Amino acid sequence: MEIFDIIGPVMVGPSSSHTAGAVRIGYVASRLLGEKVKEAEIFLYGSFLDTGKGHGTDKALVAGLLGMKPDDYKIASSLEIAERENIRIEFGESKLPEAHPNTAELILRGESGNTIDVVGESVGGGRINIAKIDGIDTNFSGECPTLIVHNLDQPGHVSEVTSMLAHKSVNIASMQLYRSHRGGRAVMVVECDQEIPQDGIDWLTHVEGVLKVTYFEGSAE
Amino acid sequence: MYSSIAEILEQSGNNKKTFWEVVMEADMESRDVSREESRQKMEQLLDVMRDADQSYEGELKSASGLSGGDGKLLEAYNQAGKNLCGYFMGKVMERAIKMGESNACMKRIVAAPTAGSCGVIPAVLLSYEEYRNVPKDELINAMYVAAGIGKVIGESASIAGASGGCQAEIGTASAMAAGALAYLQGGGSEEIANAMALALKNMLGLACDPVGGLVEVPCVKRNSHGAVNAVASAQIALAGVKSAISPDDVIDSMRRIGSEMPVSLKETGKGGLATSESAKRICECTAGGFCFGK
Repeated sequence: MEIFDIIGPVMVGPSSSHTAGAVRIGYVASRLLGEKVKEAEIFLYGSFLDTGKGHGTDKALVAGLLGMKPDDYKIASSLEIAERENIRIEFGESKLPEAHPNTAELILRGESGNTIDVVGESVGGGRINIAKIDGIDTNFSGECPTLIVHNLDQPGHVSEVTSMLAHKSVNIASMQLYRSHRGGRAVMVVECDQEIPQDGIDWLTHVEGVLKVTYFEGSAE
Repeated sequence: MYSSIAEILEQSGNNKKTFWEVVMEADMESRDVSREESRQKMEQLLDVMRDADQSYEGELKSASGLSGGDGKLLEAYNQAGKNLCGYFMGKVMERAIKMGESNACMKRIVAAPTAGSCGVIPAVLLSYEEYRNVPKDELINAMYVAAGIGKVIGESASIAGASGGCQAEIGTASAMAAGALAYLQGGGSEEIANAMALALKNMLGLACDPVGGLVEVPCVKRNSHGAVNAVASAQIALAGVKSAISPDDVIDSMRRIGSEMPVSLKETGKGGLATSESAKRICECTAGGFCFGK
């Protein structure tokens, strides 16, 4: 814990978990989609469902999808902004059997037709955890530069990624590997201490067996 | 580096440093930043607090309709010359409620330590600045004092209502503000520690029982009470009164009370004020206002 976790973050109220955390979930989800959101189905669970409207959780999630950070003055008017930009938003009740009390599932479709299904948890003080991407379990905060690689479950992809990072002098803070089943689709989530240069990301996208590369520089306050 | 109030006192005693220097130097070390970078960040937070204070809108209502406009009433009462408890304290109360309302109305604030308790520290610091015209550097030092206290509480106990009840939120904010005010008023590390301990002791056991689960009732008004408690505790400590229970023991007591507290009183909206007849009536009146799909 740093002193600026105590005094801070700067945020739009009323709740660090139900508002600031929700903005971050929306923000990270839209960055994971990697393009402008065109349609969003948002399913709320637990306390998000019960008290979300009073806490502006709906506005916060949509604000995040629009690229806003938790301290953006425009969060309160995000639903109107989305409507003006012709972004279709639908809210519903989550059918997740069991989840963290403050959970939202976002199913997003982008302008060029890309889709992603993200489950995000607001774990307190505005901090979040991304718990699932496209049905595969994950566990990362989105606070530091994060690289997410979808690849075929074949030998060698981890070393391709880590070699690229070493070459770019990027230090790995944490690394997680998940797969749907042996030989199926795998996801690598790499949290880094430094930002990854764009040419490194571009190189990865051309590696055989790599299906999708998503990178974002970390969502600051 | 420090992990208790006793360690801050030890380091400030041996090296003849002030409380805030110990906290600031630990931040520089922990985040690997320069003195200027650390202070700039703290200054930015102070500036946001001031902006939030000055941009209060008395006409705003929260989404639920439960909050808004009370800060304006306090301001009018202060301006009418009816102030019962002196100019400084009157402004502290007014500012704390205004900030709590701004938070409820989705305006920009600094969580300190949480959004629900965001009014306590700026109310005390900004009112003192106005009252005594202290230089900005002193206010930034005071924010380090507050942050160090909050960090110890956050690491040794909790700053989340969901795990420790309201004592962890308004209680922590009040303890942080008490220490900061004791510093501004000329207190040394011992007085800061005593002010912090006295403030937190008086908040022990405070339940987190918000109506409808929203950060509004009783949170907004509790900011004012937490701020008043901070001022009272600072004055008592500065007069030389000592807390019989050491600051770290008070913090540990808060942790134990928090873990023994039933879940119904920890931000679930399922006990205390939240299940009172008045609360039920409020929820009926605003039915559908809080939640989706019900």
